[in-house]
Amino acid sequence: MKNDLLTGELVHLSAENPEVMAECFSRWNQDTEWLRLLDTDPPRLLSAKKWKEWLEKDLEKDATDQVLFAIRTLVGETLIGFIGLFDFYHQHGDTLVAIALGERKFWGNGYGTDAMRVMLRYAFNELNLRRVGLIVFEYNPRAIRSYEKVGFVSEGKVRGAMLRDGKRWDFLYMGILRDEWLAKGIMTS
Amino acid sequence: MSIDTQLFEGKLIRLAPIDHEKDAEVESHWTHDLSLSRALWRKPAMPLSIAQMKKKYEAIEKEIDESKRLFHFTLRGREDNRLLGFVRIEGIEWTHGIGSLKLAIGDPVEREKGYGSEALQLILRFAFSELNLYRLSAVVGEDNPGALKFFLRFNFVEEVRRRKALLRDGQAWDSIHLGLLRDEWLAMNLKEEDRHEK
Repeated sequence: MKNDLLTGELVHLSAENPEVMAECFSRWNQDTEWLRLLDTDPPRLLSAKKWKEWLEKDLEKDATDQVLFAIRTLVGETLIGFIGLFDFYHQHGDTLVAIALGERKFWGNGYGTDAMRVMLRYAFNELNLRRVGLIVFEYNPRAIRSYEKVGFVSEGKVRGAMLRDGKRWDFLYMGILRDEWLAKGIMTS
Repeated sequence: MSIDTQLFEGKLIRLAPIDHEKDAEVESHWTHDLSLSRALWRKPAMPLSIAQMKKKYEAIEKEIDESKRLFHFTLRGREDNRLLGFVRIEGIEWTHGIGSLKLAIGDPVEREKGYGSEALQLILRFAFSELNLYRLSAVVGEDNPGALKFFLRFNFVEEVRRRKALLRDGQAWDSIHLGLLRDEWLAMNLKEEDRHEK
């Protein structure tokens, strides 16, 4: 049985044991293209053991102000990525969301877009947030298109916040308000 | 400036370390005006006792020491050494040369006297000439127009408006992200020098 609130058309979101996510994170982090689309930190190639310790420490924290879900395909139950909320402020009803598909062969087929739609429904209908924001790097047009499809709009750019391959790149901020999401009428029923 | 320039010395104020014994009482008093905390942080504003303030100082110095991503200086009167506020550069990412700025004058009666302006000039010089940062960010709430005007006056550029990201007093306000690049700071300084020579 799947919880409908966490199920989309292609994927569902799930909670996983530390050892499961740790193996994925350790493996995915060896893909520098993936990591450079996701993070500003240089790769450190942490072991699965270290990732497991990190995730276990997370377990001890208060679960109400952090959300980290795995993304699994509806067909085949393959674990293809993660989606999480950070900088989460209950009293302002605001959070940032981060998503990444570690399994490359699932890129470009709507899985990420579907996972984001599910997360927004969870954020607005269960967490009762007023808005969801995100940061995306200038050199990641595929992600920007996906976020636009879901309803995120540009809120500005942080000029030259990243130095990679000898070039300065902007961080783009995007956001969606609860009212905008409701007006789009996506998956609200 | 040159190698003998004292980076922490201004005309009215100077940047200095925390005084764990004396500062806690003064700053605890400031925190009882919640507007200061609201202007600086997004978490719920709360007054802090002297004991809580001392613990916070321990935590700040631990973070400076261990994370290497934080600089936190007190602002003090140049003549009488009295505590006026603090300034910090946080969230530094050395790989990319970026950081984020916070500046506070604690007691409302000490504001509008030029201490903040001088503190900002000192910390900008420190960020760009000593830390070699490429850019500095500052985040202000739409409910704090004074702070927005302050940073714009020093050539910060409005870069991001996170719409309705703050909920205060029953009203939703934008969170405004400002940025200043080292090149913009250098150009501003050259203009200043020009003005002085003429």
